[in-house]
Amino acid sequence: MTAVTATTTKVRPQRRRLSPGKVLAWTVMAAMVLITLLPFYWILRTALSSNAALAAHPGDVLPVDPTTGGFERALGLQSTEEAIAQGGSGGGLKFWRYLLNSVVVSTLITVCQILFSAMAAYAFARLRWRGRDKVFGLFLAGLMVPTIFTLLPNFVLIKQLGLVDSLLGISLPTMFMTPFAVFFMRQFFMNVPREVEEAALLDGAGKIRIFFRVMLPMASSPILTLGVLTYITSWNDYFWPLMVSYSDSSRVLTVALAIFRAQTPQTGYDWSGLMAATLIAALPMLVLFGFFARRIVSTISFTGIK
Amino acid sequence: MTVASSSPPSRLSPRDVEGTAPQPRSGRKREHGGGGDGALAALFIAPAMLGFLLFLFWPTLRGIYLSFTRFNLLTPAEWVGLDNYRRMVNDPIFWDSLKVTVEYVFINIGVQTVSALAIAVLLQRLTQSAVLRGVVLTPYLMSNVVAGIVWLWMLDTQLGIGNEIIAGLGLDRIPFLADETWAIPTIALINVWRHVGYTALLLFAGLQAIPNDMYEAAKVDGASEWRMFWRITMPLLRPVLAVVLIMTVIGSFQVFDTVAVTTNGGPANATNVLQFYIYGSAFGRFQFGYASAMSVALLAVLSAITILQYRLTRAGQTDLG
Repeated sequence: MTAVTATTTKVRPQRRRLSPGKVLAWTVMAAMVLITLLPFYWILRTALSSNAALAAHPGDVLPVDPTTGGFERALGLQSTEEAIAQGGSGGGLKFWRYLLNSVVVSTLITVCQILFSAMAAYAFARLRWRGRDKVFGLFLAGLMVPTIFTLLPNFVLIKQLGLVDSLLGISLPTMFMTPFAVFFMRQFFMNVPREVEEAALLDGAGKIRIFFRVMLPMASSPILTLGVLTYITSWNDYFWPLMVSYSDSSRVLTVALAIFRAQTPQTGYDWSGLMAATLIAALPMLVLFGFFARRIVSTISFTGIK
Repeated sequence: MTVASSSPPSRLSPRDVEGTAPQPRSGRKREHGGGGDGALAALFIAPAMLGFLLFLFWPTLRGIYLSFTRFNLLTPAEWVGLDNYRRMVNDPIFWDSLKVTVEYVFINIGVQTVSALAIAVLLQRLTQSAVLRGVVLTPYLMSNVVAGIVWLWMLDTQLGIGNEIIAGLGLDRIPFLADETWAIPTIALINVWRHVGYTALLLFAGLQAIPNDMYEAAKVDGASEWRMFWRITMPLLRPVLAVVLIMTVIGSFQVFDTVAVTTNGGPANATNVLQFYIYGSAFGRFQFGYASAMSVALLAVLSAITILQYRLTRAGQTDLG
């Protein structure tokens, strides 16, 4: 970059100058945004098209022969004959049931996991007890264990507990803690100035009270970020719910969606119905993110949590 | 995993990164608290401890035990010593799936790291827009199942928009997910699409820790953006990059959902990644012992990689201090 010369260009802020490099950089950026967002548009465009018209006009940018048939099939609102006539399998999603299951599982996991992890994190960060650092080290080592490793034995355990095909069975393994959640909350509690706690102690508050009335409210921002990420993760989880649930009573949206995809006729996929179903399955997380995007993005940008 | 401090503005200090460093001034606590907090700590840690022991610690031990048994869920596990491991070593499908997994990991990590770095640097040097940061994160909100189905559709040989564009350019259509050569790279790229924004944000966090005056000073000296990238950004970002890399390697070795939704291991085992093979052995053929042995192998591979990467990166660690 050249030094600023004493001409009229000096009046304009430096960032404004367009060099070939900057044009290139913006082009790359625009291409990346396009690749990021194109699939979202294509879901919508396909979901609103009819299967017959899709085959005839695969490249049209706008929905072809617009119809809500895809959504009706995905929601199980069409009769079997009608669905098959439009290229569906006749097997619909019991959408509201799966949505409820997903909400129950994700909420249960998120609320419990964060409360319990925060409590443990507080004990690791702020309470004095023997063996504290050793126990914390053990928790941390849990980060290294790949999920597949615990899934098989966990499945055996859940089966022995008689919880297969239940929402509790899906939730239990991650309900109490994850090493990451404990680690993340501990980082926060360790950075809270000790004076805050001492002031409350002098006022005669007990430590349990301090935790719930002082520390937890102070941690609302990291808790929100962790909460939304946990919610997204448990909402999107597929492997474990697939193992544990067999019937509609415990089926969550991801599993239902994969089954809907497997049911669609192999000779010609029901793309319109499939895209409507994916949109329905993804929409709640997009809405949730829409609400909290700014805070989450800036927390991740600043803390680099994973 | 927290790469930097959890309270903005982000700064990498040893105290934050070091997990078990003793707290300063913790001794003073006794004066007010009146002795240790043993009982209270036990109460606070009980639920997390229960979950840890029941669903993480015990299953790990049990998984190792099961790998030495023949077990089909219906009858009690029967001790068979090293049989499962012997079988694994002589199983060509196991080695094939390991090879496919490694191929996937290389493509996934390579493309993802380079693109994430590019996005992070562009976000840092070009604009600090929070909206753009939000946009790059949106694919992360999709489940792997959704991402898999969407790309299955977009890359469909006859009707997919991808092939429509390719055909429009006068080129031959590519059967992305139905062809043995294309399937693994395609799945790897689908997962790059879903995860790259998140990785970029993690790297962005690392970039935020680099003081802006370093760039200003370099600019005064007449350094180009390209030169600043190699002389300032890369060296200072390396510790963060290393941690992010370890996490993504561990994550990508565990690819499953996308394969299950798009190719189901095919065509002709071309996408039969390790995790998928383990799953099939356990729940398709009820060979829980054998599946556990392969899980132990996966754990061993992951531990080895983690240790190796820590060793390699510690040597070249930089500090902003």
